[in-house]
Parts: sequence; C-alpha cells; structure tokens
Amino acid sequence: MRTEVAPAREAVGGIRLAALAKTFQSPQGPVRAVRGIDLDIAPGETVALLGPNGAGKSTTIEMLLGLTRPDAGTVSVFGLPPEGAVDAGTVGAMLQTGSLIRDLSVRELVTMIASLYPEPLEVDDALELAGIASLAGRRTQKLSGGETQRTRFAVAIVADPELLVLDEPTVAMDVESRRAFWTAMRAFVAREKTVVFATHYLEEADAYADRVVLMATGAIVADGPPTEIKAMVGSRRIRATLPGADRALLAALPGVTEVDLRGEAIVLICSDSDAALRALLDASPAVRDIEVTGAGLEEAFVQLTHEEPAAEAA
Amino acid sequence: MSSTYLRLELLRMFRNRRFFIFSLGFPIVLYYLIAGPNKGNDDLGGSGISAPVYYMIGLVAFGAMTAVLSAGARISAERSTGWNRQLRITPLTTREYFRTKVLTGYAAACATIVVMYVAGATLGVSLPALDWIEMTGLILVGLVPFAAGAIAMGHLVPVDSIGPAMGGTTAILAFLGGTWFPITGDGVFATVAKLLPSYWLVQASHVGLGGAAWGRTGWLVVAAWTVGMTALAFRAYRRDTNRV
Repeated sequence: MRTEVAPAREAVGGIRLAALAKTFQSPQGPVRAVRGIDLDIAPGETVALLGPNGAGKSTTIEMLLGLTRPDAGTVSVFGLPPEGAVDAGTVGAMLQTGSLIRDLSVRELVTMIASLYPEPLEVDDALELAGIASLAGRRTQKLSGGETQRTRFAVAIVADPELLVLDEPTVAMDVESRRAFWTAMRAFVAREKTVVFATHYLEEADAYADRVVLMATGAIVADGPPTEIKAMVGSRRIRATLPGADRALLAALPGVTEVDLRGEAIVLICSDSDAALRALLDASPAVRDIEVTGAGLEEAFVQLTHEEPAAEAA
Repeated sequence: MSSTYLRLELLRMFRNRRFFIFSLGFPIVLYYLIAGPNKGNDDLGGSGISAPVYYMIGLVAFGAMTAVLSAGARISAERSTGWNRQLRITPLTTREYFRTKVLTGYAAACATIVVMYVAGATLGVSLPALDWIEMTGLILVGLVPFAAGAIAMGHLVPVDSIGPAMGGTTAILAFLGGTWFPITGDGVFATVAKLLPSYWLVQASHVGLGGAAWGRTGWLVVAAWTVGMTALAFRAYRRDTNRV
C-alpha cells in the first residue's frame, strides 16, 4: 500500500541518518547514548525503533528533530537539515515527555498549533482523526491520561506533516486507550505519510510498522520486516508439569530452542511456541498445567547485543 | 505571523485567576488602603505630588512589574512541562515566541494601568490629557527592561522557585523604587534607588510638575537596564537551548 511513492516526494529523498553519534556527560562518566548509527528511511515507510530503555531511541529521535545536536554524523529530512524541515512545517512529532498548556480547550490548543504551520489540516479533521472530536470543548487540564496523549497526537498531526515522529506514544496508556490510539494512527498513516515511532512493545512494532529497527545500547542490532525481528526477539516460554520428562525428546520438538527441567516442571524456550505446543501435546498426553508466556524482551536484547559485538564497534 | 497564537495566549492569561488577583486585585486594594486615608495630602513626603497621584503610579509600577515579569513565569512553566520543546518542532521562531510572551505581559500591564487610573479618578485624581498620555508612555518604556528580564528569568529560574523569585524581586524593586513612600534627598538610599528601573517607573508620576519627569539620568538608567537585561536574556536562552 505504501510502497507506491509519488515521484515528487522521491525527488526530495527520504530520511537519512549517517554515522550519527551522541555522548552525554553524567556524574558516572560519559554515556554513549548513540554510537554511530546509519539509517535510511524511504518516504511513505512506517518504521518502528524497537528497544529497551536506554537503547538510544529517544536520543536518536531528538537528533532527527533537531532538538539535540549530534556530536558526529548528519541528519537529513527530505533533503534538509532537521531545523530546515521543521521550519518548512514538514515535521510533526509527539515527544515522550510533555504535558499540555492549561486554560485552553482542546480545540483552542490544536488551533493554536495549526496557526503556526503554513498548510495545516482543518482543526476539526485533526480532532476527528485523533478520535477526540467529542472532547473539543474540554479544558486541557481536565483530560485523562489517554485523552491527553490523543490530544498530543492531534497536536502532532494538525501540521499535516510529511514526517510524523512518535516517541513511545502509548506509554502509560491502558489497553483501551492504546487501541484507540493506534486506530487513530492508522487513519493518519493511510494518507501516505512517513512515520517513525519508538516503542519497547514488540507487539506494537509488529502490528503497526512496515519495518522494525532494533536498537540496543546505542546501536542498531537488527533492521528488517517485523516478522524477521519477531523471530529474533519474540521467543516464548512454555511451562508445564510433566512427570518423567525426557530432556532429549523435548529438545527435539519443533520450535523448541532450549529445555530446562526442574523436578516435574518443564520449561521450554521456543522460537515457535505454537508448533512446539502442538507437538508436545501429541508426544506427551500426560502434560498438564500448561502456561505460555512471552520471554522477556530485555533478556532478548541483552543476548542479541552480546552475540553481535560487531555492532558495538561502530 | 500568527495573530491566532497571540490571541489564544491572551485568552489563556485572562482565564487565569492568578492574573486578576496579583496584577489587578492587589494593587487596587493596596491603593485604597494607602492612598484613601491620605486623600487630602497634596504634597506627599516633600515630593510635590498629591498622595492619590503618587500612589496611583506607585501601584501601577508594582502591578505592571508583576504583570510583565509573569511572562517569565509562563516561560519557565512551559520549559518545565516540555511545551517549549513541542513549540521548537513547529515553524514558530524564537523571536515570535518571545514577542508573544512580552506582548501578553504588556497586555496585562495595560489592564493594570487602566484599572489603577480609574481607581485614581475615584480618589479625585485629575490631570490634563497630555499628562496622562506622557505618564503612560513613560511607564510603557520603563517596562522594557522588565520584559527582557522576564525572558532571562524564565530561562534561568526553575519553575518551582520562580514564584518566590519573581515575588521577591518585585517586592524589593517596588520598595527601593519608591512604590510605598517617596524617595527624596541625596542619601545612599536615594542614590541606589536612582539606579533601579523601578524608581523611574514610579518617577513617571512627576509629569505634572513641569520639566521632564525622567531627565537624562532616567533615560540612561532605563537604557542601560534594557541593554543589560537583553544581553542576559539572550545568553540565558542560548545556554538553555544548547543544553543536551
């Protein structure tokens, strides 16, 4: 759907981060937040920056927006430096932190931001897209957490930006708000926009991105379609009770990568828990108390970064 | 560029209860408390000015200083909530942002001036039209260093201490500037007072006495504070936005 890019937009290029690096000084010594990353994003792509806290996602986004100056490397947004792209009104963003100013209604606030851009959306359209048309008259200080986030989303999209950047937009949202948020997001992306969003939820990256860039400790450790990334970090854990389990037999089950036996309890780390579970039930009808859980994403990241020291050398 | 931005900022200010209390309510109440009982005093403390006129301008100085400096409080608040970062990723220029904040502060100051003039009239203050105009002009010029100072403070002072910082600054400047009693003579106190921008705000009340209310010293002091505060505001802003 979004692979068909209009020629006019292709002419000005997409987004290019080249050898981008940033080090912060902290009392414990320098922290290398971003260690020389290269990333090209084509117009119309929806890219997720996936990684645990401290991976460098926010710093990368701040440099992409021109809020933080890189120590080394360059950023180009549709052929312009970030400040140029911001001045041209082609960028909209929802930053990770930030509340709204008070004493305005939601409509007034979005109107205020719209007035700063050369070609904004109609305010009512932006409110509609963000799913907050019914809140238009409410004062910003009286919004719930999820409503605030969706108002911030309206603030980001009212510019009608070519590039939309979202830094962990659903953090601190409940499940329902999260779903409403992504519905709003989909409605906007349908307008052929380039989107970069940071998240530490694998499910969000998988469900809403065309491409996932996996970051850890300031470097890109993987970059590919969501299915590929999911296979790398999306391992699941099957726990069950199985008296007299045979380690070799369990290890041979399809989709199982690791077996752990603790008395009658078995723990299987799986790359494909569905296949593993079917085979397990066929092979051992005595199995009971079955639990399937996602393995910790943080663990998966640590493992990946340790396995790929080459990425650190960048 | 964007009159909508200014209009909505003004709307926000007039919706805020604190504005009415501190910029309008306080000066009026204090005015009636101080000038009311001295209504018949035609030469307050040897200043040559009647008490109602003197305190009218004294409290205009106090209220307008508060109003203009409150722009700094708004900047500080927007920095702490991250709203200024949201604005930095819009095409709004820094110049436009500061202009809007300063104009908002000036609008509040004008409201104070009008309200205090009306209060003055109720205590029998009556001046020739030209005096009213000249007085108002001097006050608006005298507020310029405060506008620059507000921007500087907005970037230097964190939001949790900006209230006391602004309140303290206003109180000291009002006291040393002569809001509460006329400063006369050539003592150390008077010498120090004459170096403060607040003194010259209060001094605007002297328009009716013949001759210039400010004189060369007044213009020089106000100009020096304007230059100094503008430089400080510029540096504070640069330091703030260059920070990580």
